[in-house]
Amino acid sequence: MMNTEPLVVIQPSRSWRVLSLKDIWAYRELLFFLTWRDVKVRYKQTALGAAWAILQPLFMMVIFTIFFGRLAGVGSSGIPYPLFALAGLVPWTFFSNAITQSGNSLVGSANLISKVYFPRLLVPTAAMLAGLVDFALAFVMFCVLMVYYRVVPTVQILFVPVLVLLTALFALGVGTWMSALNVKYRDVRFALPFIIQLWLFVSSVIMPSSALPWKWRRLLLLNPMSAIIEGYRSALFGLPFDWPALGIASALTIVTLAYAIYSFSRVERSFADII
Amino acid sequence: MGPIIRVQGLSKLYYLGSANAPYSTFREAIMDAARKPLRYLRRSEPPPTLWALKDVSFEVMPGEVVGIIGRNGAGKSTLLKVLSRITEPTEGRVELYGRVASLLEVGTGFHPELTGRENIFLNGSILGMSRKEIEAKFDQIVEFAEVERFIDTPVKRYSSGMYVRLAFAVAAHLEPEILIVDEVLAVGDAAFQKKCLGRMRDVANTGRTVLFVSHNMAAVSSLCTKAMVLWEGKVEFPLGDVEEAVQQYLTQVHKVTKMKLAERTDRSGSGKIRIQDFGTFDREGNELEYLASGQEIDFRVYYSSTENNLENVSVAIGLTSHSGAFVSMLSNQIAGETFQTISRNGFFSCKLRKLPLAPGSYTANLIIRSNDVILDWIQQAVTIVVEPGDFFGTGRMPPQTHGGVLLEQDWTLN
Repeated sequence: MMNTEPLVVIQPSRSWRVLSLKDIWAYRELLFFLTWRDVKVRYKQTALGAAWAILQPLFMMVIFTIFFGRLAGVGSSGIPYPLFALAGLVPWTFFSNAITQSGNSLVGSANLISKVYFPRLLVPTAAMLAGLVDFALAFVMFCVLMVYYRVVPTVQILFVPVLVLLTALFALGVGTWMSALNVKYRDVRFALPFIIQLWLFVSSVIMPSSALPWKWRRLLLLNPMSAIIEGYRSALFGLPFDWPALGIASALTIVTLAYAIYSFSRVERSFADII
Repeated sequence: MGPIIRVQGLSKLYYLGSANAPYSTFREAIMDAARKPLRYLRRSEPPPTLWALKDVSFEVMPGEVVGIIGRNGAGKSTLLKVLSRITEPTEGRVELYGRVASLLEVGTGFHPELTGRENIFLNGSILGMSRKEIEAKFDQIVEFAEVERFIDTPVKRYSSGMYVRLAFAVAAHLEPEILIVDEVLAVGDAAFQKKCLGRMRDVANTGRTVLFVSHNMAAVSSLCTKAMVLWEGKVEFPLGDVEEAVQQYLTQVHKVTKMKLAERTDRSGSGKIRIQDFGTFDREGNELEYLASGQEIDFRVYYSSTENNLENVSVAIGLTSHSGAFVSMLSNQIAGETFQTISRNGFFSCKLRKLPLAPGSYTANLIIRSNDVILDWIQQAVTIVVEPGDFFGTGRMPPQTHGGVLLEQDWTLN
């Protein structure tokens, strides 16, 4: 029996068109397969394979410990510096990889986009989600180091999933926005690694924000990653949370994500024509 | 019962400027913005645009197999892209009353590092199959593709034949209500093409609606129940009888090939050389309007060039029969040597001692390259009409239905 209502209507979209969540839900299996593909393919033909997920933050930790922990004597809120640095580097590595991968994902899927329809938002989302697998591996390594340093977690560790969600949403926001910009301006590909390097230094990865004078700390509030990384430390080491900072970070995450999706949908319809 | 596809006043506008420079940077955007006020003052022309589709309307009933035919640039591919939701229309509306799967290419989304098994799932999912559907059809797909032994090998180790077979096998097991197919059948060898056509016929026989774009008139005639001809983005022959549509298309091709080559705009290439004219001459250099089988022929491609020092120039004349099948290619690069240096104006001459074409009409595509870069390329440049001639020196010719190519032959009885 034929439907009387059309299943699909194609017409020029209005400029106020927003994201169709229904559409994304209908394509959830494809999201799974795209994520799965990215995970599968990432370490193909590498000698060390998924060990890279652990080695990246681990080497950074060693270097930071030598230069900042030992030579510069940076404070670490009473936590052994290697553990302190790693608690920041594990989420940071996830974040920086996620925005790099999803920022380049649309351009990398040009062939797919010009041949098949599916909600384009799946592409940067899958690239971000694939990073979660690396994050999980690195987190296990972190837990091993916690045991080694005999740091006993408190009940606050239950807050970690919330922080992971916050990191993922913020990475999705930044990555999606970058991926849309990248379609039109390939400058993004060159600018992104540079931005990430600078961003690291203002994200409280190297030292706690409490080591900074108040006027600098106020500026750090504008960077959600700083509050999120401090949040991880509070959750993992049982330190007090900076709730106002986390509140601001959550609000900024929502704003970033909303803006990213808005600007993504605006250019989404012309991707196939300009990519 | 109502139509399953309803297209109303569909139009698509492309900005040619942005198509030529798909790659932009902030710097260019800034420069552009800086230039804009100046442009406004100068009141120069708006950027060049092209209506790839203009006011296209048609309705397809469930179970119909519709052929969309037209020359290159007629808007066929754009129409498929709009119907597949890859690109948005500028105006108009499409209503689809069923699940759509589109096949604009075989193997979309195949990843070389993944195994055959993994790619079946990935590709199936990209084409719109659910995981359950793929699992249910998995064995059939593998069997159809004939790759059982290599199913857990990365597809980058596949031969190109295996790769295409696997890719098509996934697509062939789609069961949408509406199937949109581009000329994917143009890939693969003859046996594979036959298999693909057979599979498409099966799909059509199960009552599904198929939209099929092709240059191959024989495939359209044998497969489609209705056809439509597009011409420069507009509907030239509304959806109707297949044979009439094919006839209309052939007339159109004929009309176009009567135009002066120098004035044709449907050409591509860098433009350093422009084909000016094409002519056929006999041994004495008299221009011929009609050729005869077996005659000594001189094909001449006249050109003018904007540069003095073009090197390694190759010229090719591709001959196709009027149903769109390739007959032969004449090329100095293959049959002789490339031309090392050429003057600004002149003609390339290709002599055939004995024209081996059976009577009928043929179209020629002309292409000129230098160092393998395309300088000028006109598809369906001219129509060549061949009259019966005494190829064999016996005064007899094979019957019209058994035409094609004439071969010199010696018969003996031992």
